[in-house]
Amino acid sequence: MDRVIFGDNQFFGVDHLSEENARKKAQRFKDTREIIKVLDAAHEVGIRTFMCTTYARIAEITEHFKSDPAKYQDWKFYPCMPYAHKYANAVTELGIGGALNHFTGGSVMGGLLKGGMAVVQRDAFKMMQLMVDAELQMFKGVSAPVIFLQNVVTDLLIGLGMEEFFVEFEKYLKKKYNAEAGFITMNLPLTTRRLQAAGISKPIVCASLNKIGFRMTGSMEENKQVLAESGVRGIAMQVYAAGAIKPREAMDYACSLKGVESILFGASSKAHIEETYNLINELST
Amino acid sequence: MVKAGLIGLGKMGISHCAILNAYPNVDLVGVADTSKLLRWGIGKYSTIPMYDDYKAMIREANPDCVFIATPTSSHFAIASYCLEQGKHVFLEKPCCLNYADTSALRKMAEERNLLVQIGYHNRFLGTFSEVRRLISAGELGEIYNFTAESYGPVVIKQKEETWRSKRTEGGGCLYDYASHVINLVSYLMGEIKGVRGTRLQKVFSKGVEDAVYSTLFLDSGASGHLAVSWSEESFRKMSTKISIYGRKGRLECDSQELKVFFNTSENPPDKQGWHISYLTDHTPRVDYFLRGEEYSSQVNDFVNRVASGDTDSINSIKYSGETDRIIELLIKDAELGGE
Repeated sequence: MDRVIFGDNQFFGVDHLSEENARKKAQRFKDTREIIKVLDAAHEVGIRTFMCTTYARIAEITEHFKSDPAKYQDWKFYPCMPYAHKYANAVTELGIGGALNHFTGGSVMGGLLKGGMAVVQRDAFKMMQLMVDAELQMFKGVSAPVIFLQNVVTDLLIGLGMEEFFVEFEKYLKKKYNAEAGFITMNLPLTTRRLQAAGISKPIVCASLNKIGFRMTGSMEENKQVLAESGVRGIAMQVYAAGAIKPREAMDYACSLKGVESILFGASSKAHIEETYNLINELST
Repeated sequence: MVKAGLIGLGKMGISHCAILNAYPNVDLVGVADTSKLLRWGIGKYSTIPMYDDYKAMIREANPDCVFIATPTSSHFAIASYCLEQGKHVFLEKPCCLNYADTSALRKMAEERNLLVQIGYHNRFLGTFSEVRRLISAGELGEIYNFTAESYGPVVIKQKEETWRSKRTEGGGCLYDYASHVINLVSYLMGEIKGVRGTRLQKVFSKGVEDAVYSTLFLDSGASGHLAVSWSEESFRKMSTKISIYGRKGRLECDSQELKVFFNTSENPPDKQGWHISYLTDHTPRVDYFLRGEEYSSQVNDFVNRVASGDTDSINSIKYSGETDRIIELLIKDAELGGE
């Protein structure tokens, strides 16, 4: 994995500190061409990996990268699935059964009615595969070597103790997409231990890692130790702790962590992207 | 080690299930749900014991406490059964569909010296807790007005119906989004004694309101506006914001950001003006994170109280059950149609 990974929160109205900032960005990036301009700036600076949620609009972005294969030949997408709010709002509105029905085109409830539980049981992993295929549709024709589960899903399944799904997810990505599985989590030590116990020996884990422990579970020491000693391939996110830490100080901490292969950040201007990219490279040597 | 049971695997139930199962000092001894699909799905791939009948779960698994996350219309029957069996109860919000049931539950809990805690998780959110601290310490002086708002995109067009589209089942924006905001107002500024000019507005739903507007009057003498809608597509997710006006200053707060202004006449020079702080400044660490620190914090708080036998939580039925009284006031006031 590249040392620097470019993130997408800034494009989709997410700002962990301020809803007002989120709104301003949402307005600017309503026009997908504005997103593409920023991605092109990141490309010019030297960034080659873009980690992005599977929003419907990503399709327009992948189209752009397909339009000039020579220029973008080494550009990689790291898709993160699923886009959770879509599902959460559907569950509030339709209930869990209704939501499953909605997103699988009626196959869950249809299966229950037609063949009873046996059909659904046999097809549980198949259903996961169908949902993965649907989410990855937009990435056809571009390079997507690592595919991530969003933290809501990773952490939910970790909490429930359902690691078997991670193993199936990993196998399926390898087989069908020749891609590696990644896991976004807010619980780095716990998730890493559970993934390894389930047989994923060197998991790619993307987690909040910052100097003040924001959105980190387990002690700072435990996080450091798991990264350095477990064989996990770490990606540090929320390095700025939603803006609470100054850039140099924040990156200095993240870059010093053994076991962190990559650092994820998002920015909206070329100057800011360049500054951060150079800072990470400077502190990584 | 506290033994916990869980009834109901909806959105909140599954979330509690994961938190309880990940919590080192809790043994999740049984989960009950009527859905065969969910029992099978979670039962097969985890080690959590599943039951189709909650009474059987309580009898056989014998938990110390029970988390109830079923539709609101079933809360009273299930919670009273749990209390009769001597179990502490964590009950999802709102408590019951009428205040008489809530009061009966509270009486049962007090007679048996059991804790009933309600799932109003905003009481465990870092920024709102800081607002409560500021107000209790008198930092804003006497509070005279407020605006409490919440918006989100739950029902943004006409759609097929579930229990959430029936008032008798506890559906509608009033029991869902608005109950959180009403509860937050009392948490921050004290009890609500009356409501006026209430409007329960249908936007897309046929059977229930999608928005709630009213003026709330507090015991303290302050009053303020309530404006809540779950039919606001412009918001990515539920967003709650409160503005509070006091004689020494005012503040604006949401789940992420707290902005306080201290007036010149009542405060020393170095304190005057704006002070902005963030969730990061007010959030305690949790052992396991799912969707927000506040969900883990409230479970943590409840479980610790169960372990120590403490029945007075900041979210116990004594305080948070009062939200049901206000919901009744709002329904009655809305029926007057502004007369």
